[in-house]
Amino acid sequence: MITLTPKREFRFPIVAECINPDFFNGKTSKEIEELKIWEGNKQKTLGELFKVEETKMANPQEKEIITINGNVSKVRRIGANMKSGEIIVHGDVGMHLGEEMKGGKITVYGNVGGWAGSMMKGGIIEIHGNASDYLGAPYRGSSEGMHGGKIVVYGNVGNEAGAHMRRGLIKIYGNVGQFLGLRMRDGTIYVEKDSGGRAGACMKGGKIVISGFLESVLPTFTIDSVKEKVKIEEGETVSGPFYLFLGDLVENGEGKLYVLKEKNPHLSHYEKFL
Amino acid sequence: MELLIRNGFVYDPANGVDGEKMDIAVKDGKIVERVNERKARKIDASGMIVMPGGVDIHCHIAGSEVNSGRLLRPEDHFRDFERKTAITRSGVGYSIPSTFTTGYRYARMGYTTIMNPSMPPLEAKHTHEELSDTPMVDKASYPLLGDWWFVLEYLRDGKIEDCARHVAWMITSTKGYAIKIVNPGGLEAWGFGGNVKNLDDQIPYFCITPREIIRGLCKVNRLLNLPHTIHVHTNNLGKPGNYITALETMKCVEDLASENKPAIHITHCQFSAFKGDDWRTLESGAEEIANYVNAHSHVTLDMGQVIFTDTTTMTADGPFQYTLYELSGNKWVNHDVETETSAGIVPFHYRRKSYVHAIQWSIGLELALLIKDSWKIFLTTDHPNGGPFTSYPRIIAWLMSRKAREATLKRINPRARSKSLLPSISRELSFKEIAIMTRAGQAKALGLKSKGHLGLGADADITIYNINPETIDPSKKYKTLRKAFKKAAYTIKNGKIVVKNGEIVKHLEGATMWLDVKVSESAKISEDMQRRFREYWTVECENYPVTENYLEVSHPINVEAKV
Repeated sequence: MITLTPKREFRFPIVAECINPDFFNGKTSKEIEELKIWEGNKQKTLGELFKVEETKMANPQEKEIITINGNVSKVRRIGANMKSGEIIVHGDVGMHLGEEMKGGKITVYGNVGGWAGSMMKGGIIEIHGNASDYLGAPYRGSSEGMHGGKIVVYGNVGNEAGAHMRRGLIKIYGNVGQFLGLRMRDGTIYVEKDSGGRAGACMKGGKIVISGFLESVLPTFTIDSVKEKVKIEEGETVSGPFYLFLGDLVENGEGKLYVLKEKNPHLSHYEKFL
Repeated sequence: MELLIRNGFVYDPANGVDGEKMDIAVKDGKIVERVNERKARKIDASGMIVMPGGVDIHCHIAGSEVNSGRLLRPEDHFRDFERKTAITRSGVGYSIPSTFTTGYRYARMGYTTIMNPSMPPLEAKHTHEELSDTPMVDKASYPLLGDWWFVLEYLRDGKIEDCARHVAWMITSTKGYAIKIVNPGGLEAWGFGGNVKNLDDQIPYFCITPREIIRGLCKVNRLLNLPHTIHVHTNNLGKPGNYITALETMKCVEDLASENKPAIHITHCQFSAFKGDDWRTLESGAEEIANYVNAHSHVTLDMGQVIFTDTTTMTADGPFQYTLYELSGNKWVNHDVETETSAGIVPFHYRRKSYVHAIQWSIGLELALLIKDSWKIFLTTDHPNGGPFTSYPRIIAWLMSRKAREATLKRINPRARSKSLLPSISRELSFKEIAIMTRAGQAKALGLKSKGHLGLGADADITIYNINPETIDPSKKYKTLRKAFKKAAYTIKNGKIVVKNGEIVKHLEGATMWLDVKVSESAKISEDMQRRFREYWTVECENYPVTENYLEVSHPINVEAKV
């Protein structure tokens, strides 16, 4: 098990793809300190920026665990491409956390910057604070969104969460910004509290469940029915009743947008079309 | 500076040299008979191949269209970037690399001359700015004249000589090199949301047909003595059954050819060789086209090979790009260049497992292998439409090795595999034929007298590839071959070593070639023309021409026209 502690407050963006259990695995703390890392436009070693402490594990065959203690909100791409192991962060984290991760687990006890879990294919990201914009969304311009895995956020989330999503699950226990599930194709997004406008814009498939307030449903969605409960994942359902809207018809989409009836009395006028 | 390349296996098909061991001497950027052996810098090329520098007849590398593609696709850049070094600049991009990176990557593969095939005349300044920023290679650009209002009007009125004078003015004003025709008539029709379906369709408001445009500009081309033929992107490109249109396009200028010289270049022919009624019944029309080309001498083609990768399609063919957008559902740029042409851009992923894409892959190779005379077909991917130019080594391997083709055939869509003609073709190209397809033939078709060969007085653009034709059988060791062509052992440009072992060792500005067409009586800039510029263009006629000081390194080529 490795513990990283920032040696000072960072002023410049740091790109740290090397903070990845796959890279740390089998290395001594000396070797880990020598890993290359970019601070601004200067290449440095991990040891120059972080204090690296190694704790011997009882069973060396076990998966590598990296613990980061402190504010790393300037540090980007932590856990990018990781396949196994675990990263635990006690503090805020910068952008692109767990970008394209394929397995393993990242837990953050703090807030997270934009593009967390961007293009991820597997594994779990658990965020106990807030997450910024583009949660699970692809890089700018790309349509290769989240391909699998699970993201759970206990706080609030910014705009365009789950954009271009293709598979997997995003669970948000707080509020969420605008354009939730923009252009999503498949997968599930669950929001326990309120959602900003334009939820499911241009979606082609998949499922968005909003258990809070949604100001309005896009005019390109059509009401289908009222459902008593919705399945979120294996073994978890939320009970409604929910309005079920289908769309986005602009894209000939067959996406499902569930909005809780109880919190959204202003949508009751849709009932006359049922 | 003097240079002596010793003991290489020289492939110089234009001068009939086929793998002979000989020395090449270079002085002051030209190839010479001999140099002072004591003073000259020597390169030991023993066990290596020496060829003229590569020439690419058709690659979209600069201009507003390419730049819009760059803006449209940030996701194309972020996985593929190059850091700056002491010599080179940094850059990004896989299918549409930034200008400097384009130059470096071509040079690393041993290419020294490249042609940017579609330049809307209005965007000529932008194009030349980008070409000036593309180092390491000589380059030129073809202005799009097939749907240019003035040309359409002259041709409608049957004023071929006036049209020729006007085209001469246009080529010199835009600093262009050849006449490019894209989907003749179709682009003008696209301005009204339409397209033309065959060579005899009327173009809205012009009372003229695509056949008349192609024939007219072919005559103009001859009157002006331009070094290259007309460069044609056929009608109905990318539609099933369009091989008939391609054949008709070639046939329609059959009588205009003289002295066995080519009269037309059909570009990215793969996209024009589809047989079948719809996408489900798509088949290869390569055999029919190859049969025609084998029997006629007035046509040259380039492949437009498809590579299984994620790329960006961009052409001036607006209606075709719209079809592609509808097929793929990807993002799309549509652009109407005032009265001149149109343009479209759609990112596209060619997949092995897709029936249509696999057939397309097969068509390109079939064309190259079924056309017997390598001087008639050239290696391109229509960069970036079929795939980025960096995949040329892969295509060379497919052409030279049946084993390489079979390895890919195994992995493509099974239905496409069963329809492909490739398993029945045993031809494997030799190094000589590759040298023709990638440099000598292209230079000849372009009329570049001092490029594409290693004769005395030729430009000292030389490439050395680290592969020994005596010990390595390219048909078996195709991976070694691919590696060798990917990173040239040496690229020599203007007599200077610019690349060594696939790394840039010297930065060099390439020249922009353009035609200074001398006509006996130059085109009148009539008041009517000025009025129309004022009415229909965003640019005044006086500001329209690109002046020579706009080009970083200008290389005018004088042409004496017959009018």
